[in-house]
Amino acid sequence: MKPLLEINNLETRFYTQDGVVKAVNGVSYAIEAGEILGVVGESGCGKSVHALSMMQLIPDPPGKITGGEVWLDGKDLLKLDENQMQKIRGGEIAMIFQDPMTSLNPVYTIGFQITEALLLHNDMTKKEAWDRAGRLLELVGIPGAEERLHDYPHQFSGGMRQRAMIAMGLSCEPKLLIADEPTTALDVTIQAQIIDLVIKLQDELGMAIMWITHDLGVVAELAQTINVMYAGLIIERGKIHNIYKETKHPYTMGLLGSLPRLDDLPGTELISIPGLPPDLLHLPEGCPFAARCVYRVDQCLTQRPGLEEVDGKDHAVACWRWDEIAGNG
Amino acid sequence: MNNDNKIIVKVRNLKKYFPESGANLFGKPNYVKAVDDVSFDIYEQETLGLVGETGCGKTTVGRTMLYLYQPTAGKILFNDVDLSSLGERELRFIRSKMQMIFQDPYASLNPRMTVGSIVGAPLHVHTNQSRKEKKDRVQELLDMVGLNPDFVNRYPHEFSGGQRQRIGIARALALNPDFVVCDEPISSLDVSIQAQVVNLLEELQKRLGLTYLFIAHDLSMVRHISNRMAVMYLGKIVELADRDEIFLNSLHPYTQALMSAVPVPDPDFADQKERIILDGDIPNPINPPRGCNFNTRCPIAEDICFQEEPLYKEVKDKHWAACHFVE
Repeated sequence: MKPLLEINNLETRFYTQDGVVKAVNGVSYAIEAGEILGVVGESGCGKSVHALSMMQLIPDPPGKITGGEVWLDGKDLLKLDENQMQKIRGGEIAMIFQDPMTSLNPVYTIGFQITEALLLHNDMTKKEAWDRAGRLLELVGIPGAEERLHDYPHQFSGGMRQRAMIAMGLSCEPKLLIADEPTTALDVTIQAQIIDLVIKLQDELGMAIMWITHDLGVVAELAQTINVMYAGLIIERGKIHNIYKETKHPYTMGLLGSLPRLDDLPGTELISIPGLPPDLLHLPEGCPFAARCVYRVDQCLTQRPGLEEVDGKDHAVACWRWDEIAGNG
Repeated sequence: MNNDNKIIVKVRNLKKYFPESGANLFGKPNYVKAVDDVSFDIYEQETLGLVGETGCGKTTVGRTMLYLYQPTAGKILFNDVDLSSLGERELRFIRSKMQMIFQDPYASLNPRMTVGSIVGAPLHVHTNQSRKEKKDRVQELLDMVGLNPDFVNRYPHEFSGGQRQRIGIARALALNPDFVVCDEPISSLDVSIQAQVVNLLEELQKRLGLTYLFIAHDLSMVRHISNRMAVMYLGKIVELADRDEIFLNSLHPYTQALMSAVPVPDPDFADQKERIILDGDIPNPINPPRGCNFNTRCPIAEDICFQEEPLYKEVKDKHWAACHFVE
């Protein structure tokens, strides 16, 4: 089967006063229809920027997509002009963001903002759009949906705003929903509500989801495939079980090790990763993780490893020594 | 640590209400009941974790305990000294023994001061040390928190988030405190850096015999660092017990839902775990519900919960909870 979306060698740079920030450095992967993909990494690893690049939402200047292809339905999204791109955004690919307060317009009602997308992408009357907006709000679990369409964003709580954003994202039945840290600003009990809702909606509507987060716990609950990113590269990718149970990359191991486990004893020390992520202005030539890696050899400093298939399938890792390391761990 | 240790801080019926701007119909201000009748003890050299969701009053508890806020009612006893009985001068002296580490390492360090003067500021205020002594102490402190002592003349913007948090820790430790309130010290840091800072805090506790109140909303991290944990909801403590007790045998329905909502970084565990999803949102603390304040979201609420407020009581040995249905 052909994948829904295919990304080849995506590269994004930011040209700043201090120099060129290499934010995304050759990212390639595919998303299947109906798949839930988790993209995990720390601040500045390029997880958001690569998604924004796919949608041509990088502010230019200073940003520039310097290479790559993004294929959706036989079209390269990076070659489309602004008009054609606008049809894709909110239509075939929709996006929801971290902070639902800043991504909703405070001076328009929720109903107006949902119908705006509907009217733009569909041939329907205002009345039809309003009715559909009401049904969408109901779908995302807002009580008294019809009435609440007349509310302004400040009358909604944080969790309800994120629900409204999801309703807006789903309004045109996208094939892919990109969720950029959608629960980071929310409390855990509200986060649990939203995760539950997204799983339920995905079940019903069958769209593919890209869930971008720094929280390895959240994606363990909902994703099928995981991309681990570091310094603008995918350093490990695989089915969820492979990533958590047969971890191959030292960085992924470090990330998992730095999380407290529920069965650890009092006084257990967390395994932290020494040092800091590399400066994207001066990205080292070799493996970007080499400076912090305990398994480093000379080769790591001079040559950058590419993603290599691990025996079997659905698991790839970018490390020169994954074979030896896995044996010890 | 064991519970035979001496109690270092006692909090008794602490209340802190903030007046809201504007007035109600009768010309009196409305009050946000940020902390509403909270009592607990902290033992020497333990870490008490304080968890809860946004707006539950956990930060206000921490700040009021250091008398950074004047309590509306209630008492705080530090080493059996009632803080409300102290004057400005005595309070300042006792504060050198109680320090705070703040959440945001970007906002809590003055960008125009060098690291040396930030870490040295408490020494300047509280001691009569000579320049040389101060300089030596600052370098010792930087070394203790894992920073290069030669960094004294740098400014905060030259450091990463994790390093800034280390500067904040060095400042808090400058006067050899006994008790430190850690107010979400790691929540603005990346995962791999969080572990570094938590390990540092644990090591310093062992080395210097510190007592921590560790405030956070990341439950798994709090569980890792704490000996005992308290859970807050809408200005009240709903449950307090040893960390494993509260994770494995929580009694209050809010604690149970909170624990089940914590995402676990293990797909096998995530599959088999039973999640309790709470309906609705946290009510407005200006106008909390009558009776038990959790009744709007509680899955087991009955009539009594809407009329009477449950007592906060010791239901088992060293396990406190406030719920009508806990025996």
